[in-house]
Amino acid sequence: MDNLVEIDNLTFSRAERVIYDGISLKIPKGKITAVMGPSGIGKTTLLKLIGAQLLPDSGDVKFDGTSLVGMGRSELYKTRRRMSMLFQSGALFTEMSVFDNVAFPLREHTRLSEDVIATIVALKLQAVGLRGAASLMPNELSGGMARRAALARAIALDPDLIMFDEPFAGQDPISMGVLVKLIRALNDALGLTSVVVTHDVTEVLTIADYIYILADKRIIGEGTAEQIKHSDSPLVQQFLQGNADGPVPFHFPATSLESSLFGDSQ
Amino acid sequence: MVSGLFIGMVMALQGYTILVDYGAEGSLGPMVALSLLRELGPVVTALLFAGRAGSALTAEIGLMKATEQLSSLEMMAVDPLRRIIAPRFWAGIIAMPMLAVIFSAIGILGGHLVGVDWLGVDAGSYWSIMQSTVEWNQDVVNGIIKSLVFALVVTWIAIFKGYDSIPTSEGISKATTETVVFSSLAVLGLDFVLTALMFGIE
Repeated sequence: MDNLVEIDNLTFSRAERVIYDGISLKIPKGKITAVMGPSGIGKTTLLKLIGAQLLPDSGDVKFDGTSLVGMGRSELYKTRRRMSMLFQSGALFTEMSVFDNVAFPLREHTRLSEDVIATIVALKLQAVGLRGAASLMPNELSGGMARRAALARAIALDPDLIMFDEPFAGQDPISMGVLVKLIRALNDALGLTSVVVTHDVTEVLTIADYIYILADKRIIGEGTAEQIKHSDSPLVQQFLQGNADGPVPFHFPATSLESSLFGDSQ
Repeated sequence: MVSGLFIGMVMALQGYTILVDYGAEGSLGPMVALSLLRELGPVVTALLFAGRAGSALTAEIGLMKATEQLSSLEMMAVDPLRRIIAPRFWAGIIAMPMLAVIFSAIGILGGHLVGVDWLGVDAGSYWSIMQSTVEWNQDVVNGIIKSLVFALVVTWIAIFKGYDSIPTSEGISKATTETVVFSSLAVLGLDFVLTALMFGIE
């Protein structure tokens, strides 16, 4: 199978804290790959590593066969035009209208005339159902609409890879359903490769072709939705079921309650 | 600008009460003009600029960082340094000397308002002695050079603090405070150094 992104034995730490300890994963072309894991595990960091905004301490990140580590600046910027990222907050430029936000990457990277840009923007906004909202400012949009507008901007340059950072976080059920449908539809219609980072289990199981589960600096499970559901790893099962206690403990590491209440009985 | 007007008025009032004892109130014009052009114009403008524009710059860039707008620019293969930072930097550099000149001009008019119109200093001596005392290179250009240096420092601090801020609410408010504190201190300190270099030992 053809892989668009390959991460090989990657180690990354921030300050003293090790975030990834030798993980390897492959993102196949044309598929939706989901990366799941508990909050605070550094899932966003993984996307930033793929986008080479952060560089690994050791190991390699390859995009379409070329290593991003040690790539020159201009080459990296050229490669980034083929990627796109949907940030958790949407990250729309607050001082521009929705139309200008979507037009921004086109104006920056192409020499298309304003007429052509207007047409492309209208089509992209139509794809996410927001053509009527083109003249609104980002602060006039609801959370779900902002994310859809950001999605339109992310696909403006027809990238090969699109990365979703927690696309479902804090969404009501309807906008959640809309986003799930959009991700699947855009992936198939535009021949994209999608990476979805999330902790919303049910949504992901319905759309992802392949799933990686991260915990404790490592990949603890991978496979298709079926394989993951029937995984015999207790850690994976705890994550899927949402059990409060299990291999991931309920209690933050501490001395035992007795000794802290009654003092050390020496 | 209003503050320039008030400073000019205060200076004329203060200067007049001192000068009139020596019968030298005719020198009010050059006194107001020189202190404004050499010192107060550039310095007070820079301090006000740090409070108004510097803090706004830091907060704006910090917010852009917190809402991932800078990251998303990077992912769109647009260099945020070129697209966000550089234009704001040049805007600061260009704006501050102009503001300083306007400040001084209004201040001199404010001095005229109090000194001539209110306290009765002769309008002819206010202007003519000012014109014969103030030198273009020595006073006006040096003042502009000063405010250029201040512009460089204040804008640089503001932008750096914003770009370097921790992208949380606490981080941004801390960075904004630091911008105002550091750039005010830098302006006052640099003013001494520049004054010593320009007008110090001949």
